[in-house]
Amino acid sequence: MPWTPAEMMVVAAARRLRDEERVLVGIGLPNLAANLALRSHAPRLTMVYEAGVVGARPRRLPLSIGDPCLVEGARAVLAMHELFSWYLQGGRVDTGFLEAAQVDRFGNLNSTVIGAYNRPKVRLPGSGGACDIALLARRTLIMMPHRTERFPERVDFITSPGCTARRCLSWAGGGPEAVITDLGVLEFDTEGEMYLAAVHPGVDEAKVLAQTGWPLRCAQRIAETPPPTPEELTVLRDLDPAGVHLRRGR
Amino acid sequence: MSSGKVTTLTEAIARFVHDGHTVYLAGFTHAIPFAAGHEIIRQRRRNLILARATPDLICDQMIAAGCARKLIFSWGGNPGVGSLRAFRRAVERGELEIEEYTHFAMLSRLAAGASGLPFFPLRSLLGSDLPGVNPQIRTIRCPFTGEELAAVPSLRPDVTVVHAQRADAEGNVQIWGIVGDQREAAFAASRVIACVEEVVDELVVANDPNRTMVPGEVVSAVVAVPFGAHPSYVQGYYDRDNQFYIEWDGVTATPDGYAAWLDAWVHGVRDRQEYAARLGQGRLAQLQTPTRYTAPVNYGTFS
Repeated sequence: MPWTPAEMMVVAAARRLRDEERVLVGIGLPNLAANLALRSHAPRLTMVYEAGVVGARPRRLPLSIGDPCLVEGARAVLAMHELFSWYLQGGRVDTGFLEAAQVDRFGNLNSTVIGAYNRPKVRLPGSGGACDIALLARRTLIMMPHRTERFPERVDFITSPGCTARRCLSWAGGGPEAVITDLGVLEFDTEGEMYLAAVHPGVDEAKVLAQTGWPLRCAQRIAETPPPTPEELTVLRDLDPAGVHLRRGR
Repeated sequence: MSSGKVTTLTEAIARFVHDGHTVYLAGFTHAIPFAAGHEIIRQRRRNLILARATPDLICDQMIAAGCARKLIFSWGGNPGVGSLRAFRRAVERGELEIEEYTHFAMLSRLAAGASGLPFFPLRSLLGSDLPGVNPQIRTIRCPFTGEELAAVPSLRPDVTVVHAQRADAEGNVQIWGIVGDQREAAFAASRVIACVEEVVDELVVANDPNRTMVPGEVVSAVVAVPFGAHPSYVQGYYDRDNQFYIEWDGVTATPDGYAAWLDAWVHGVRDRQEYAARLGQGRLAQLQTPTRYTAPVNYGTFS
């Protein structure tokens, strides 16, 4: 079954979620990938949404992360402050699952502005819960399309701290574990620097390096992501038949 | 018997929302008080400080209409779709003052306001660039462990507006589904306007007090506004109008698009009833969801 790079990105990201773990699902592509994981290899995944929903099992894909379909069949609905305080800050989130406009060499995420904060070229939505999630989840997974302008050496604004800034904070969670893109999978070494760990089928290393804004380091042996299975593609296309969510991943 | 809180939206806004006020329109995606926002636009309030974790389309409309001088927020996008274009234009041109937080920080500010505390500590924000652009984000050393935490000041809106499924005439507000920021935002405010789909008999509330999220003590006005949260939703009453959110992106591609929309849907209607009539029975019917009751619970009787 033929597939697009955006579909490969969602499938590869979904596969990183483990059955029975608790994932705090961010808006956009992570929402699509988490719902794919729940419907494929991780049926006991606990999806947590910052709106306050714990253990969501939506029958349709929520467009926003506060949709009514998240409440139907969920295990609990908390007030938002309770969710952030007791669930996230209380250490009950295994994985934070985020998207951003930019990610840099050390996994800092920007979802606030392109350009200077006070004179932005592009004003983006801002943190929402992203900074809170990046600092407090046990690990963070990030997904975004791989383009040079989205992979600068230094992000224009640190909305959500990555590997370096977090080191000064004794209470912070585990930080970024991987960035899953439409070209491959990037992980972080012990110094907190990003490196290329895997490429998706049909993608060569040179293409990834060309679309990264700094001299990206590579694993000694770069793995190749297994292609999406027909089952994964079927579930994914059923989730987003009009391609509303995937369009942004192209 | 009547406390005199039950009123119309026109009167409630005229009486409680004044130029220069800090106004918190509550509701995270669920039950956003759009009708109240539109009434504020119709009554041409100016220089408002709008506070809302997720400004959503309602703040975008109020910014486009010229009501706001400042926005206090934590996520300013069109959920699942993209940008809020009036917000974005105003910030990119330096026409709107902003004060920006994370969701956790914004909710902590409300929790402090509701609790009568001057600030709230939290483990977040540090290491990000937000404290560098918002001097209201500070640090505090824990007097017990010595660790450094972030601290944000309390937020005390002049007026909070909530929208909910139902309330009695005293303003005991019952909400189910996503509760979001509604309780903290109500308790933190000097005045609360409660817009509801239905005003119900006090016994309906008294028979199920666990569902009361905002007690009448903190509510100044109760207004029946059926369909008052469209295009957001009210759990069990109508679905989110996702099509509206998707189409909004095209409608607002130009400033003229905003003006035409506000003329037709805000200034061009007298109230929410006319707005609903203009949407039409077909659109409203599409948003109706099948009824699904939960099992009754036994509270017992004690004499």
